[in-house]
Amino acid sequence: MHTHEATVDVDLVERWHTIAGCRHHFPLLRQRVNGKALVYLDNAATSQKPQVVIDTMMRYYQEENSNIHRGVHYLSERATRAYEAAREKVREFLNASDYREIVFVRGTTEAINLVAQTYGRRNIGTGDEVLISTMEHHSNIVPWQLLCEEKGAKLRVIPINDEGEILIDEYSTLLNERTKIVSIVHVSNALGTINPVKQMIAMAHARGIPVMIDGAQAVPHMKVDVQDLDCDFYAFSSHKVFGPTGVGILYGKRGLLEDMPPYQGGGDMIKSVTFEKTVYNDLPYKFEAGTPNIAGGLGLAAAIDYMANLDMQALASYEHDILQYASETISAIRGVRIIGTAKQKAAVLSFVIEGIHPHDVGTILDVEGIAIRTGHHCAQPVMRRFGVSATSRASFAFYNTKEEVDVLVRGIQKVIEVLG
Amino acid sequence: MSALRELYQEVILDHNKSPRNFRTMPDATRTVEGYNPLCGDHYTLFLKLEDDVIKDLSFIGSGCAISKASASVMGSVLKGKTRAEAEELFQSFHKLVKGEIDAAEHPEKLGKLAAFSGVSEFPVRVKCASLAWHTLHAALESSDTTVSTEEA
Repeated sequence: MHTHEATVDVDLVERWHTIAGCRHHFPLLRQRVNGKALVYLDNAATSQKPQVVIDTMMRYYQEENSNIHRGVHYLSERATRAYEAAREKVREFLNASDYREIVFVRGTTEAINLVAQTYGRRNIGTGDEVLISTMEHHSNIVPWQLLCEEKGAKLRVIPINDEGEILIDEYSTLLNERTKIVSIVHVSNALGTINPVKQMIAMAHARGIPVMIDGAQAVPHMKVDVQDLDCDFYAFSSHKVFGPTGVGILYGKRGLLEDMPPYQGGGDMIKSVTFEKTVYNDLPYKFEAGTPNIAGGLGLAAAIDYMANLDMQALASYEHDILQYASETISAIRGVRIIGTAKQKAAVLSFVIEGIHPHDVGTILDVEGIAIRTGHHCAQPVMRRFGVSATSRASFAFYNTKEEVDVLVRGIQKVIEVLG
Repeated sequence: MSALRELYQEVILDHNKSPRNFRTMPDATRTVEGYNPLCGDHYTLFLKLEDDVIKDLSFIGSGCAISKASASVMGSVLKGKTRAEAEELFQSFHKLVKGEIDAAEHPEKLGKLAAFSGVSEFPVRVKCASLAWHTLHAALESSDTTVSTEEA
């Protein structure tokens, strides 16, 4: 993604074709909407699922469905094995060093709430500070606000420049002895900015401050290695990375997770219960109360397997090419302004059209079969930073094509024709 | 395209570009805010009510073409109407945008409001069209408050 060249070699073009050829693995993309071929450009909201993910989940319910852990019968053992194998897949996917560091949750939002309510409640007190950035999704703002309110702590915010990049010098100044945790987004859902999280983590660690990374928008676009990043917590959602909804992952360093109190109480997270005292289960089960989303976990594992077969380098380069093409053609339309022009960007393109509200843009594009997202993208503070209440956002996956960008461009021209 | 033309009729495009009564009203008897958190539409409605008659109605704020045109048309339709007449028009408008009545069958009752008949083909836009009306409804019912489409 960072190494795009103006002239591409033939080999890479061929590898791109292989990537784009994967589109036929996604059955939903074959449909027509409003009589037009569907152009799905809302991947930052949720990605589509390859057939193998759908089949895996269907097979689970048809052949394996049973509750995991504790069961002694054949099906329960089979489901338990499959679920724990899924955890191992996730461990490998993030390059975590130990399966105990992989906690199944409902999604990124729950992962952040878990850390705020366990690590946060134990370690953050009156006068302490939690540091986030201007471009956070509400899910990486509100859990910390709730915590700060309860504890009398202060939420501090790293400013960004007009391109939508974090101001590293300001970040450095904001880190101080009262900072108890830094929680930042890896890739901004509203702007597409890829933040220099490795550098930011090192800067926080130099002061002994742990860092949580919201990776929801990063994992679909790039290889994430939690050991290389050295982050303390990393969260992502299955449904953004071609898996099912309702399941996500919290990675946490083992030492930190060991010291954290449980999040929710219930079955599966205990070793023994009496009315006087409960002994909590070992990691990662301590954080997994109740029957989990088993089918979801298996679906995520299938999605990870699917991703493992993709050439991630070619994928990143292909997506970068799509983004560049879209940025050039869309910004060339008179009256269009792109919001978020960071040097390092994932394939997310937010834009506004002068005098036309994004909601109207969304409706007119929908009639053309184009699915984009319009609104504040659950990131109202960053919208305010750019002086807009909403944007239109096209977000791409590797199965999108330049031809679809052309359809989008014609759609935007039509919007201007109707409303301009 | 025809469904789009039905939605974005000339009246709507015109009121969106040049909204009528788009101003504050220092001597308003009631001021109510209307807000659609999903898309960020945000208007303030000013109402001057005298003896149950809407003497003046104005608004400021920003939002999509449908919501802005709706606030504008509403103002020009309701000035001089009684509270009861306004409530009746609100009900008719609501039925119209939800596709429960046919504009062609009630030309006299609906008048200019008929321009919003195309909204019924776009269910997600019903909230945009009704925002100003819900805000007015709150203004007629009670004192100053904030109206959100998510509670409507």
